Amino acid sequence: MKREDIIQPENLVYEKPKLLNDMTMHYCPGCSHGVVHKLIAEVIDEMGMQDHSIGISPVGCGVFAYRYIDIDWQEAAHGRAPALATACKRLWPDRLVFTYQGDGDLAAIGTAETIHALNRGENITIIYINNAIYGMTGGQMAPTTLEGMKTATCPYGRDPQIHGYPLNMSEIAAQLQGTAFVTRQSVHSVPAIRKAKKAIRHAFELSMQGKGSNLVEIVATCSSGWKLSPVKANQWMEQHMFDFYHVGDLKDVTAEKQ
Amino acid sequence: MNEENEILLLKGNEAIARAAIRCGCDGYFGYPITPQSEVLETLAELKPWETTGMVVVQAESEVASINMLYGGGGTGKRVMTSSASPGIALMQEGISYMAGAEVPGLIVNVQRGGPGLGTIQPSQSDYNQATRGGGNGDYNVIVLAPASVQEMADFVDLAFTLAFRWRTPVMMLSDGVIGQMMEKVVLPPFKPRRTEEEIAKECPWASNGHGIKERGPQVITSLELQPDIMEVRNIALQKKYKEIAEKEVRYETRHMEDADYAIVAFGSAARISQKAIEIAREKGRNAGLFRPITLWPFPEKEIAELSKQVKGILVVEINAGQMVFDVRLAAEGRVPVEQYGRLGGIVPSPDEIVDALMKLP
Repeated sequence: MKREDIIQPENLVYEKPKLLNDMTMHYCPGCSHGVVHKLIAEVIDEMGMQDHSIGISPVGCGVFAYRYIDIDWQEAAHGRAPALATACKRLWPDRLVFTYQGDGDLAAIGTAETIHALNRGENITIIYINNAIYGMTGGQMAPTTLEGMKTATCPYGRDPQIHGYPLNMSEIAAQLQGTAFVTRQSVHSVPAIRKAKKAIRHAFELSMQGKGSNLVEIVATCSSGWKLSPVKANQWMEQHMFDFYHVGDLKDVTAEKQ
Repeated sequence: MNEENEILLLKGNEAIARAAIRCGCDGYFGYPITPQSEVLETLAELKPWETTGMVVVQAESEVASINMLYGGGGTGKRVMTSSASPGIALMQEGISYMAGAEVPGLIVNVQRGGPGLGTIQPSQSDYNQATRGGGNGDYNVIVLAPASVQEMADFVDLAFTLAFRWRTPVMMLSDGVIGQMMEKVVLPPFKPRRTEEEIAKECPWASNGHGIKERGPQVITSLELQPDIMEVRNIALQKKYKEIAEKEVRYETRHMEDADYAIVAFGSAARISQKAIEIAREKGRNAGLFRPITLWPFPEKEIAELSKQVKGILVVEINAGQMVFDVRLAAEGRVPVEQYGRLGGIVPSPDEIVDALMKLP
């Protein structure tokens, strides 16, 4: 059998998501962003929502999310994505509206916008990439930087006496009455990627059903910021990040009713 | 609500809210601050979401309000917010993003005195901020200055028209006097909100998913990291501002035909100056009023002409002297240009203005 005979549509087991275009991504090797982009593109396509979606990109490494996924986008000011999403969803209730934010954007400068959009129960989804560091600006301390973790602005390690404590936004979000689904996932292995995709789909569906706001945190790597190889970054994440950022569902209003 | 030309006795702030509902506004996003809270209160009481479908959201801050405006405007909807001076200062980030991404929207500033927390009493001390852009980067917003409750109502639809014509944020620069005083208002005729198809036709640039399969993805952004491309975008913005400056200047004159002296004033200062002119004329000083309605673009050509007609100009503004510099630039030293203003929330009386006018050489 020739190679050409095997490459046929009926033998297809996997393909690039239709909504993920061929633009070269600016992300570093080993970065989690690309995987999460892929999952979002797949879910929107599978839900048939390309012409009914509005994505809000952040300031941070995800700033150019709009270049890679073929839907309509708006590029927010730093931290303000949930405010834009609030207006988009209120004005276009039949649209799938989501934000894509990093830990600095969501848990530092945009804490107010995030908590209030979630607490108002806006029927949106917030995709939250938590890699415990500022990637875009070159590896400074994030609100989610772990105690003892070294960054450019805490070169001797995060010391709570000087820098305060890491902030756990998903635990806060789960306490809010407006949230429907709050989950923490990762994308460092095939099973984790499958679970993360399921979580994104569930969040998007709940937002379209008007159940309330949804937060999907992805505990992510930043090999450049952490100064580790992609493989070692994954290992470091498993060894250190998961101890503080426990993976799993924190709240699901549909599960509670079952 | 459907009656044409409904006439009511209203505060300026209430007039804005009612006009918004009647002129097809899709959404209001705001945060309480004195002296403009009646805008949000009136909307909450009238519940337009049950009639026209207009969305009303009380945001968690002015920062959130303006970014809701940015998001909503980016989808092609007619959206507005209102605030007062300290809140408008907080909004400058979002206004700059809207200008950079060319997103239409209406921002109402019912000014109060500053700096800082200042006072809740009226002022016009945000003139510089409003007319120079206010946020980071090279940009301008169209600034409309209402001088009556009637104009508060009329300028809502005008602001939306200009905002969408030029894809720019428009600011209505009012003040605590006009916002709080009550006058008889003829409300604008009722105009329905646009349908999705109408929005798609008017705003082919909008980011809302409509028609993406035919047109391809659309992005609302002010970001461009390539300096050569960013310069081109900036030049295009400047070209647009030049065109706005040529086409959208608005002003009003009173008693200027035979005037030897002119008062240049906007908003509530212009209202008070009307009375001052009557008194001055009784005292034998033939004065007229020139009232810029657009503060940006500024009626510089018209004021240049005026400076050839009169012996002196008095700029009356409720601040320490801001518009006076624009008037002096336009007058190019042809005649003396003096300024009279009060500060800290004090509104000048007609007699004070007359005294200042009589002192002109």
